[in-house]
Amino acid sequence: MRCRQMLLSGTVLGALVLSSGCSIQPWVKPYERDRLADPIMAWDRDAISSAYLDHIRESREGSRGATGGAGGGCGCN
Amino acid sequence: MTQRHIFARAAVIAALLLVRSTSADVLPDDRADVFYSKYSGGGMDITGYSATARAKITENFAVEANYFIDKVSGASIDVLSQASVIKDERRQKSGTIEYLRDKTTYTASYTSSVERDYISDTASFGLSQDMFGDLTTVTLGFSESHNTVGENNGTANDPNVAWIGHAISRAYSGGVSQILTKNFIAGVNLQVITDAGYLANPYRSIRYLDPSNPKGYSLGDQVYPDTHTSTAVQVQGKYYLPYRAAVTALYRYYNDTWGMVGNTYELDYTHPIRNRWIFEGRVRYYKQNAASFYSDLFPYADSQNFVARDQNLAAQDNTTVGGKVTYAFLPDGWKIFKRGTVTFDVSRIRFNYLDFRNIKYYGVPQYTPGTEPLYNFNANVFQVFLSVYF
Repeated sequence: MRCRQMLLSGTVLGALVLSSGCSIQPWVKPYERDRLADPIMAWDRDAISSAYLDHIRESREGSRGATGGAGGGCGCN
Repeated sequence: MTQRHIFARAAVIAALLLVRSTSADVLPDDRADVFYSKYSGGGMDITGYSATARAKITENFAVEANYFIDKVSGASIDVLSQASVIKDERRQKSGTIEYLRDKTTYTASYTSSVERDYISDTASFGLSQDMFGDLTTVTLGFSESHNTVGENNGTANDPNVAWIGHAISRAYSGGVSQILTKNFIAGVNLQVITDAGYLANPYRSIRYLDPSNPKGYSLGDQVYPDTHTSTAVQVQGKYYLPYRAAVTALYRYYNDTWGMVGNTYELDYTHPIRNRWIFEGRVRYYKQNAASFYSDLFPYADSQNFVARDQNLAAQDNTTVGGKVTYAFLPDGWKIFKRGTVTFDVSRIRFNYLDFRNIKYYGVPQYTPGTEPLYNFNANVFQVFLSVYF
């Protein structure tokens, strides 16, 4: 019951935040984002290279996921 | 699960995040890449070649195609302990379409990967939504893979593949990237993956004590559960330093229904020099415990329902030190090309196994079963790629 109430409260809160999204004023103005737009601030500059490294790791580690992507295949041998 | 069901599910996820928006975003530039990679370590050499092209058909619609070939020679310690050497090739093709509508980018892709003894087909759908004055980007994704697993009972040059099982994987992911200050961006990604079907690696075996064998042990088949669910959460932050350089820190927590817990820590430093060079250094540390049904040496055959001695499921840690250099050429463009870059990336990984022993030394009299040295190895990963933007 308590979990249900928490879930309901969370949903209502989430809906309020989403519905008021258009009225939130960005605290970092567009003209202040020159540093963030620098290529060195990109999360992943080279997706193919990252996917390749992820594939190598997933072939040798038990962990997987949440990194952004990996290739198919098993790397079994 | 039919394609129709896959896209129906994806459409439901997409419907969850259709948010009204007022201004337009843009898709990334057209780009083509050729890529070469080389992995050497643990008795294996893997050489990879890849080509990717990406083009905007209209301002709102882009397509991308990738072709990747991995050539494997040698074999890991598990395979060596069974005295066979592998020579194989993996060919992976993928196609992606991207559609931009206001501040939402929809992505659909299909990947097909074929090895002599493994076939994998994956359909993916994702969306990315900018909101709150473009300070926040929310991503959602779903993918489904159908895998067919085989075993080569022949030799490297004269293969005889027996198809032994199927597996289906479904991955559900979500993420938020948030601009916090004019110098700092943070993000969190969550991914839940479920697998069902044949999940073991047919090339790896368990070993159990066997006094009747002169070595003191015998090898047997692995038996895995038919289902597996994993959850991974990654948090990351990227900070623009007072001079033109950036640091990235990330942490990932992983757990699954096989009793494994993994922790990953990574620190990157990116330093450009003028507009021609970008240098990057990284350090990564990873540690995991063993799966609940893993053992290096079982007391006897069939000692429990599920048994594994796959090094991926053993307790291990590994440390990566790597660096990357990108050089930008054609800064003023040439004909249809706007600019180009060439990148070299080198990583060295030290793998240490904490309960997986090196039984390649079996037969050496001084080692009784269970007292062999723990296994470890170094791997080198080299990548070079050329990217042109047009």
